[in-house]
Amino acid sequence: MKSSVATPPYTLNHPRWYRKRVSTYWWLLRWEYLRFVLREISSVFVAWFVVLTIVQIYAVSRGPDAYAEFQDFLKNPFVLALNVISFFFVVFHSITWFNLSARAMAIRIGGKRVPGFLISGPNFAAWLVISALIAWLLLRE
Amino acid sequence: MADTIKLEISRYSPETDAAPHFQSFEVPFRRDWVVLDALNYIKDKQDGSLTYRWSCRMGICGSCGMLVNGEPKLTCATFLADYAPASIRVEPLRNFPIVRDLVIAMNDFMRKFQKMKPWLIRKEEKPVSEGEYLQTPEQLDAYKQFSMCINCMLCYAACPVYGLDPLFAGPAAIALAQRYNLDSRDQGAKDRFPVLSQHDAIWGCTFVGECTRVCPKHVDPAGAIQQYKLTAALDWVKSVVMPWGGK
Amino acid sequence: MDAQPTKLRIEPLLWLLFSAGGGVAAFFIPIHLFILGIAAPLGLTKATDYASATAFLAFPIVRFYLFVLCSLPLFHAAHRIRYTLYDGLQIKHLNEVIAACCYGGAVLGTVIAGYLLWSFQ
Ligand code: SF4
Ligand code: FES
Repeated sequence: MKSSVATPPYTLNHPRWYRKRVSTYWWLLRWEYLRFVLREISSVFVAWFVVLTIVQIYAVSRGPDAYAEFQDFLKNPFVLALNVISFFFVVFHSITWFNLSARAMAIRIGGKRVPGFLISGPNFAAWLVISALIAWLLLRE
Repeated sequence: MADTIKLEISRYSPETDAAPHFQSFEVPFRRDWVVLDALNYIKDKQDGSLTYRWSCRMGICGSCGMLVNGEPKLTCATFLADYAPASIRVEPLRNFPIVRDLVIAMNDFMRKFQKMKPWLIRKEEKPVSEGEYLQTPEQLDAYKQFSMCINCMLCYAACPVYGLDPLFAGPAAIALAQRYNLDSRDQGAKDRFPVLSQHDAIWGCTFVGECTRVCPKHVDPAGAIQQYKLTAALDWVKSVVMPWGGK
Repeated sequence: MDAQPTKLRIEPLLWLLFSAGGGVAAFFIPIHLFILGIAAPLGLTKATDYASATAFLAFPIVRFYLFVLCSLPLFHAAHRIRYTLYDGLQIKHLNEVIAACCYGGAVLGTVIAGYLLWSFQ
């Protein structure tokens, strides 16, 4: 970083200042950091769900046999276990997402900022309604 | 209750040490003492060479920030009683070069502040004879939270992105830019935009949110950054949809 | 941080895609994953059989919904994975490669999903 301020040249690389390099495992050092990294890693499971969905669509397009094969694939214990883990991560994603978006938006009504829970609350409610709706659509006889 | 408490303090002397090390001190334990009182006691009674910054001892000058048990804190607002009887570890703020003992170098931080043009920018100053720029309470409220910053740098010590990428503008500097952008008297948002909309500024932030958690003044720098991301993104959409709009 | 015009003017777009994808993922994915990946294989609920799956896919609106459900969350994931690799492993010099792989993957997934859903009959 070049600076326009008149700093004596020696300050930037002051030999006697002690500089510590950030550890590669910085995210293990504090629980808050680990929680953050887990939140980011939830996106890997989001991507896994998308892959699963694409494969499902592909299976349907190939006909009943391929689709039955796909259903068996889902019953494989490893796949099942992976999906259970993924489920927890995507739920974690949803919860953190709604909480964070309330903080990322500064909505003002009548000059006062709307408190966060009034933004995340409706989001959580909408999440439940949407989930119920999808379940109903998929599972009705 | 024990009448003394142990402090483990990070010491570093640039003349003699290759790296910081811890030194233990026993100080009297008093209910109304904060960590800074203990440091002052040590400096007065036990080791006059202990070096640290402080001034107001009432949470307003922002100079006494240190790591207390690994957590960025204003030591003048952190009571011994909250940790006793366990010992307390005091270290200089993370992510900054250490000058001596508990003193860190803040040159980088100050430079980043300056880049944000943290002053009222007017297209044209009106002459003094025409009076002040007036502001309603609502207009004040729009930026007041971001103006509470005391430059204590706790948020920089909490931010892993700043630790990993020293070029990152960092929480307080961006919050400060927002403080002026949202000020009804200011007309400089366009001047600050090129500085803010860099990978080293808002787009480097991954919303870890630690800056907001440690901020002693509830400035919410993380919120400021995300809000500005939204502004910049909408600005981008506008420039794509209406390229002739002129910026 | 120097005040020059941003070279990477694509950042805002990537962030918008990331945000939109994060929202879509947050609202829609948990229930889908639960039914598809857990409840149905365990027999807790009925699995969508082939006939109803094709019936669903016959609706253009369902195909469009599935397209959005695949595409946007992929961009969301690409963005987060990129930053996590970048910060977590401290491999700043590989920034371009990582970005190309992550967003490239998202584009590829979008194209595949789009092709499958478009050509479905
Ligand atoms: S934003 Fe808060 S934590 Fe950061 S320097 Fe200002 S007062 Fe300190
Ligand atoms: S001494 Fe001034 S803020 Fe602590």
